[in-house]
Amino acid sequence: MDEYASESDSDYTSYWRDWFISSRGNEYFCEIDEDYLTDRFNLTGLNTEVQYYQYALDLVTDVFDLDCDDDMRETIESSARHLYGLVHARYIVTTRGLTKMLDKYKKAEFGKCPRVNCHSHPLLPMGLSDIPNLKPVKLYCARCEDLYNPKSSRHASIDGAYFGTSFHNIIFQVYPALIPSKSIERYIPRVYGFKVHAAAALVRWQDLKRDDMRRRLRKLEIESGFREEQMDDEEEEEEDDVEFEGVDGANTNTNMRLIEGPM
Amino acid sequence: MSTSSGTPESWISSFCALPGHEYFAEVSEEFIEDDFNLTGLQTQVAMYKEALEMILDVEPEDDEDEDEDEEDEDENESGEDADRTGMRHGAERRHHSRMASDLSVIESSAEMLYGLIHQRFICSRVGIQQMSEKYEFGHFGCCPRTHCEQARTLPVGLSDIPGEDTVKLFCPSCLDVYVPPNSRFQTVDGAFFGRTFGALFLLTFPEYDLTKRGADVLSSTNSKVPEDESILNGMFAKNIAPGLGGGHIYEPKIYGFKVSERARSGPRMQWLRDRPEVITELDEARLYHEQNPDSDEEEDESMANGRALVRRRPPGNARLRQRPNHSGSPMALSANGAESEL
Ligand SMILES: [Zn+2]
Ligand SMILES: [Zn+2]
Repeated sequence: MDEYASESDSDYTSYWRDWFISSRGNEYFCEIDEDYLTDRFNLTGLNTEVQYYQYALDLVTDVFDLDCDDDMRETIESSARHLYGLVHARYIVTTRGLTKMLDKYKKAEFGKCPRVNCHSHPLLPMGLSDIPNLKPVKLYCARCEDLYNPKSSRHASIDGAYFGTSFHNIIFQVYPALIPSKSIERYIPRVYGFKVHAAAALVRWQDLKRDDMRRRLRKLEIESGFREEQMDDEEEEEEDDVEFEGVDGANTNTNMRLIEGPM
Repeated sequence: MSTSSGTPESWISSFCALPGHEYFAEVSEEFIEDDFNLTGLQTQVAMYKEALEMILDVEPEDDEDEDEDEEDEDENESGEDADRTGMRHGAERRHHSRMASDLSVIESSAEMLYGLIHQRFICSRVGIQQMSEKYEFGHFGCCPRTHCEQARTLPVGLSDIPGEDTVKLFCPSCLDVYVPPNSRFQTVDGAFFGRTFGALFLLTFPEYDLTKRGADVLSSTNSKVPEDESILNGMFAKNIAPGLGGGHIYEPKIYGFKVSERARSGPRMQWLRDRPEVITELDEARLYHEQNPDSDEEEDESMANGRALVRRRPPGNARLRQRPNHSGSPMALSANGAESEL
């Protein structure tokens, strides 16, 4: 594509899109190229999804010239935003779209993972559904591979379908070098230094699940991607064997050295 | 707090009303006045005595005094200070020796001291009770993790030593810790909440139903686990990380197809959010006995080793709780953590 041409004419013509992506609350969106928007093939099927489709498209591409009242104008305006979102979901999985989103990701424009052990790893926006009007946008952390709610209500109300269910996974397939190293670091609830038994038992169980996975991957000679590759048997044995319990159980196992409170 | 009509706001309540201090409980004066609760803090803060006086809004008790009509405007760093009668008198009395710079040292010492007392207070019976009310009111916010469905969190520290890290939020539903959403909390010292409070809260109030969301948590009848619920590893089984496990784990997909574990970008962290489908799989005791049928009761020796001082019956079960008749018995811990050598 002719980079120079699209760059220079966007200076003049991307009036609506400039306004849209710079509006408060729209920080997650990147700017869709004019070329992409004007290629009808990319918009296949959207005409039935968007009210006043043609007017909306005209607005998005700055060729709107209908003389209409404010109500109509507002309706078309909101159709244009919806259309932009739906095209956005398709655009961000194209080569150019991925690069634009990658830039934003590198600048952490989608926020940072709130999980303490992810150490502010940048997030990516995602949808839990590709069908519009079902689920609001969520944020994906590639480090803990989990989803988080946007902090601000302006973002929390954006339709997740404008980002889709695939983009945030495709980006790591296309750019495998971006896959963050995984970490086994985790929070262990403690009371005066001692673990809580119920939580500790769950952690042990989860550790076994992780070991199983790593064994499976090793057998297949696939890199597991953990930073602490030395972790195999390290199982940081702790000074504290005592574990606290909250309520009395019928549990009489002392092998685990529980603290119990039988009545 | 005993703010009777006309009495100016106490130092403690104005401290707790500052932006970013929403997580703090108001430590009772009784708690602070009990020297036992302050053991060891003298050496941790500068101008300890003055700081303590500031927290308690009391006049310094030193040398009886001469003329007191003089006002010292230097002390009024903020409008509120004028209302702190105790402070003002103290300042007047020593105003030749105590400069404004001293005052700001005392102010910051008082905040440090309050924080350290707070760390102990919220692990005491009265304090944890007050925190439970704040929890019920939702003062601590909720888990940012989507699959935790707005489970309520608890403020915790990752260290008990001040200056190391800021306050975090512990989610009982996924047993993980998060950075508070608002940056105003990112200046609050985590040590003022401490490492123990979050877990102690779960042990102290095991009957909070952690699976409840939204309006259900507000009605006390719905938000409590019925007493006949099954218990596992010292917790009501349904309360063990209810935000984890099947249906609460993100499955990466591309155009509807799961990303395989075998892919370089495949899932590697699902264990972190996993929980056995049959929760009794976590009953290590039962599993152990099933696998070692003849190993019955002779394990007691293993308990006596090292620091594992095991009590058959935790002392003072009811100390931390308000409902001593409940079948649950949290680990008893003396109000100030004096048993921490345990
Ligand atoms: Zn993360
Ligand atoms: Zn959670």
